[in-house]
Amino acid sequence: MRYKVILPIGLVVILAAGIISGLRADEFKEEDLKKWQAAFMDVVTEGEKLFHSALGSNKVSCDMCHPNATNTHPETYPKFHKTLGKVATLRDVINWCIENPLEGKPLALDDPKMIALEAYITWERRGKPLDPGKH
Amino acid sequence: MYKEKSITRRSFLKTAGGLVAASMLPLKLVEVCWGKEEGERFTFACISDSHLTHIGGTKFVKNFDKGIEQAVAEVSLMWPQPDFVVYGGDLAQLGKKEEIDHGLEMLSRLDLPIRFVIGEHDYYLDLGGYWQQKVSKLYYSFDHKGVHFVTLNSILTYEDWIRRWPTAEERMNQMARLDNPQGSPFMVGKEQINWLGKHLSKVNHNTPLIILSHSPLYKVFKPWNFWTDDAEEVQALLRPYKKVTVLHGHVHQILYNQIGSISFQAWMSTAWPWPYPVTYIQKPSMVPKMTVFMNRADPFHERDATGWSHVDLEAGRVAQHFDLWENTSRTVRFDEKLKHPVDVTYQESSNQIPPQNHY
Repeated sequence: MRYKVILPIGLVVILAAGIISGLRADEFKEEDLKKWQAAFMDVVTEGEKLFHSALGSNKVSCDMCHPNATNTHPETYPKFHKTLGKVATLRDVINWCIENPLEGKPLALDDPKMIALEAYITWERRGKPLDPGKH
Repeated sequence: MYKEKSITRRSFLKTAGGLVAASMLPLKLVEVCWGKEEGERFTFACISDSHLTHIGGTKFVKNFDKGIEQAVAEVSLMWPQPDFVVYGGDLAQLGKKEEIDHGLEMLSRLDLPIRFVIGEHDYYLDLGGYWQQKVSKLYYSFDHKGVHFVTLNSILTYEDWIRRWPTAEERMNQMARLDNPQGSPFMVGKEQINWLGKHLSKVNHNTPLIILSHSPLYKVFKPWNFWTDDAEEVQALLRPYKKVTVLHGHVHQILYNQIGSISFQAWMSTAWPWPYPVTYIQKPSMVPKMTVFMNRADPFHERDATGWSHVDLEAGRVAQHFDLWENTSRTVRFDEKLKHPVDVTYQESSNQIPPQNHY
């Protein structure tokens, strides 16, 4: 009888301990950091490829106007855009470029290609302090 | 014999003959004067970096076609006509015959002599073969009204880089990418430098000298080839001249500098603007501090920060008037007191405007 009580309680305690340990503050190691950075850089590399390829219909690529993603100013978004007449995100403007100079179809805002483009553009601007709204 | 003459806006419109033509015209050009005789003031127009891109069949990138079309239309309507036109290179995007032919067709609407400079986008598919056959020699000299001009092919590079690529198309694509980490620096090369040295030994140091090149014959930013590797060797040959100016393309922006006795000025692109290298914060650059930057491009205006220019040459000194389609036009002229080029409106920092701040 005692076993019948203790066993389930023991199991609950073990299970709870497992869950709690899973909920503990993240304790990551150097290897984790390297792994995550590598995963991020894979996306940056993919973004660099996309940035230098014809994403639209006319062979024009982003880098032709923005070598090393310059003059994209990711640190200033969201900001007001005169022509759009509203506060826009960097992804809105990436799509504007795809639709106009590149004569292509816009990407979904959560498209992995969009995230890769944003990762590359932001990586090339690393170290620049955020300055939202700046023109 | 020409008579010196400046034109008013009214007489200009009469001459242009019709509102349709006039509506296309940059009215800022009315200050053009022309020379009285040999050695006097004269004007030539500069069109550069059109990057005509063949998509396939009869299709070309419309945006870039529009740029060169507009420049050609406006130069055609200049009155008085400039003495000649300099085309500053990168007529094609990927060196294709279709692109060069398309560019020649566009430029054929000009009833003026054209002096061509070759750019890397014209060169690296067939190493200048079609260009030499159909367009121009790669380097040459000419005289005009007392000024000696030398055109150089400044976009050569190292032989081992040229031979590295499996196909001509791959080589062209690699060179066409401005920010290519696998790129290779431009150079004039020993053959041309030897030729230039021998050639200039016959040109008096008092003769005003204009050098036309595609890349800047000084060093600004190597990662984008705003750079010529052997620039110092060329500069050493130019240094003895009292009045010497290098005019160049490639950078798609207003850029000017003075190194010793040598003035440098860039041409605009008709296709698209390039950012100043200072905006790439990961690597240092050597953008000349005297340059007042052109306005940051507004991407929502297709022709913004593009255009063409005309050069007035007076007493061997250059005044370059930039006709900027979406911005206030600018003039950069040599200042005899300061001994370097200055922007006639914006040189003083108190006169500069927020869009000229590039970051």
